[in-house]
Amino acid sequence: MSHAATTVVPASNAAARPSSRNYARSYWLFILPAGIVVAAVIVFPWIFTLFMSLQDFHVGGAMRFVGLANYERMLSDDRFIWAIIRTFYFTALAVIFPTLIGVAAAVCFNKHFPLRGLARTIFILPMMATPVAIALVWTMMFHPQLGVLNYLLTSVGLPPSTWVYDSATVIPTLVMVETWQWTPLIMLIVLGGLASLPQDPYEAAALDGASGWQAFRHITLPLVWPFIMVALVLRAVDALKAFDTIFVITGGGPGTSSETLNLYLYQEAFSYYDIGYASAIVVVFFILIMAVTLVLMGTRKKAKAA
Amino acid sequence: MVTRRTLLQGSAAILAAPALISRANAQSKFDWQQCKGQTVVVTMSKNPRADTLQKYQKEFEALTGIKVDSEQMPEQQQRSKAILELSTGRPSFDVLHYSLHVSKRIIGQGKWLEDLRPYVANAALTAPDFDFTDFSPSSRTTATQPDGRMDSLPLESDFWLIYVNKKLFADKGIKMPTTFDEMLTAARALTDKSSQTYGFVGRGLRNANVPVWTNFLLGQNQETITPDAHTLLTDTPQAIAAAEMYKSIMRDSAPPGVVGFNWNECQTSFMQGKVAMWMDGVGFTPPLVDKTKSKIADQVGFVTMPAGPTGHGCSVFTDAVGVTSQSKVKNAAYLYCQWATGKQMLLNMVRAGGGASPRLSTYQDQGLMANSPFGQEWLGTLLASAKIARSGLPEIIPVNEFRDTFGVALTNMIGGADAATELKKATENFKPILEKSLQG
Repeated sequence: MSHAATTVVPASNAAARPSSRNYARSYWLFILPAGIVVAAVIVFPWIFTLFMSLQDFHVGGAMRFVGLANYERMLSDDRFIWAIIRTFYFTALAVIFPTLIGVAAAVCFNKHFPLRGLARTIFILPMMATPVAIALVWTMMFHPQLGVLNYLLTSVGLPPSTWVYDSATVIPTLVMVETWQWTPLIMLIVLGGLASLPQDPYEAAALDGASGWQAFRHITLPLVWPFIMVALVLRAVDALKAFDTIFVITGGGPGTSSETLNLYLYQEAFSYYDIGYASAIVVVFFILIMAVTLVLMGTRKKAKAA
Repeated sequence: MVTRRTLLQGSAAILAAPALISRANAQSKFDWQQCKGQTVVVTMSKNPRADTLQKYQKEFEALTGIKVDSEQMPEQQQRSKAILELSTGRPSFDVLHYSLHVSKRIIGQGKWLEDLRPYVANAALTAPDFDFTDFSPSSRTTATQPDGRMDSLPLESDFWLIYVNKKLFADKGIKMPTTFDEMLTAARALTDKSSQTYGFVGRGLRNANVPVWTNFLLGQNQETITPDAHTLLTDTPQAIAAAEMYKSIMRDSAPPGVVGFNWNECQTSFMQGKVAMWMDGVGFTPPLVDKTKSKIADQVGFVTMPAGPTGHGCSVFTDAVGVTSQSKVKNAAYLYCQWATGKQMLLNMVRAGGGASPRLSTYQDQGLMANSPFGQEWLGTLLASAKIARSGLPEIIPVNEFRDTFGVALTNMIGGADAATELKKATENFKPILEKSLQG
């Protein structure tokens, strides 16, 4: 059919088509709705945030153009600098632990064993819970005097902990909650990767007498690495912008010891109503997230090419 | 069979009848139905006052024919949502229930709420029995902006006091403290770390902890700022002495992890019988005496804030309701505010343990404590607190920055930092913020 259709078109018409009808122009109409939505919900807010970051504006007060003054202020703002350090500290831990445990869990769940489906379902339950709800439950469990965690610790003869109620332990404890909730996501992504791996290399390795660890180290890991990198990128971006769990459990405290950049900019915008400075922090935060994402994507490309 | 009690009740009803009839007549002259058919949107902070307002909302709707669409939100979220909406000039609500100690000045600066003085003075809009002079002078002052505009009606005064576990005191034969020195000594004596029982608990979490320090400061006969709200008094010898008390009692006698405690963690520890004294607002009473929630419902006592070396005061925080300037149903919204702050509703609020009424007549009501789970001791403490109440936070626009800046200093003190050094650093950090806010 199609062959017949192409052969009946006169040669002269076919030659004239490219110059007489430009289909590319009419295609713009199709992307216009999506373009309007993107402009309204992404481009405009961004331009507006950039504009606001150059203003001195407190809610209820007058607006004044101050150029880069808000950005200069960040350089001498200890709270901002510490918030960046804490953000990276928290992100590093909240990426490493779920990744290590998630990959290990994926390898386990890739094996066949009785009730594997049920075990997988139970394992991914934390990921399906509402972050605010689980944060409230964890808050109760962390109570130093009455929380169940200290009860368990003391029951087995260990000393009680102050969990999120101490500057020294608050971030590792919050990472523990993040790990509990987001390890299943890493596991699912890596498990998908493992399921797609070919069996031939394993059979060849078995014939060559490779041990289980050698097969994992030299076959599984290199082949599944691109999937791990995808999981890393997703987890890193998620951890960088973590807000709900930290806000509900500690509110950035004790003191400011769990105040990440996200929480700090929330305070500036919605507690101090300093919209200009908060907008400048948002811009810097966006640049940081983009930089981290680009680095990880670059690493992934290199891993794929290798 | 007619008992003596029935006779007495009948007699009391006959004696009270003229007053009731007179009140009903006064009410009947006032047209509560003048805005019938309109809808008023109310936004409220989540707390016992809001619970009481919602509980009786249908009575208001029946009285006025006005439909009320009310919502409660956690106070931290409600505060910022309300301010941001008001600043846009198109708030989604007609009536705002808010905390004067947090949002009064920023709302006054923006003139986002109606000046209610003309409404109160208008006999067509204000019922004769509303009796504005019944509000205590201090509550009226608190609800008035520095420029004289009164843009809200006071709803509740939250006095700070000491909740005590009477059993723990009795077991050790310790008397209730009347001074801060006695309180510190008692707290140490009542602390038994081996049984995880502690003498004192108070807010340690940044921002939330500042009122604990300012209560100690009132015992030094000083507030945090000069009356003109221009000069900080936060690194004076009195401020440092108050901070030393805070540091001492929190380090020596409070549970581990108290540096991260807000009122809810304190309340939980206290209700479980693990703490002898808890310093906080009177509005937190209801769950403490509720046997379904508290293990020590029968052992809770109430002590007026102890005296300091040179002063005796307790901090007070006031809730209020106001009508938004952009509302299209201002009269209906004002009727709601009038009803919410009326004599009967404030009586209902005190009976529910939602805090202290700013109306003087509430405490003259003979039936105030009838069937109340709080008892005369609670009422006595409340009335004694009213006599010594002073502002617990500075009346300034950047009050949240103030609380955060000094809150961090206080948490550092719990960690062992020097009180004088921390207060001086916090004062230096906050000075430019205050100066900028004064420039407008």
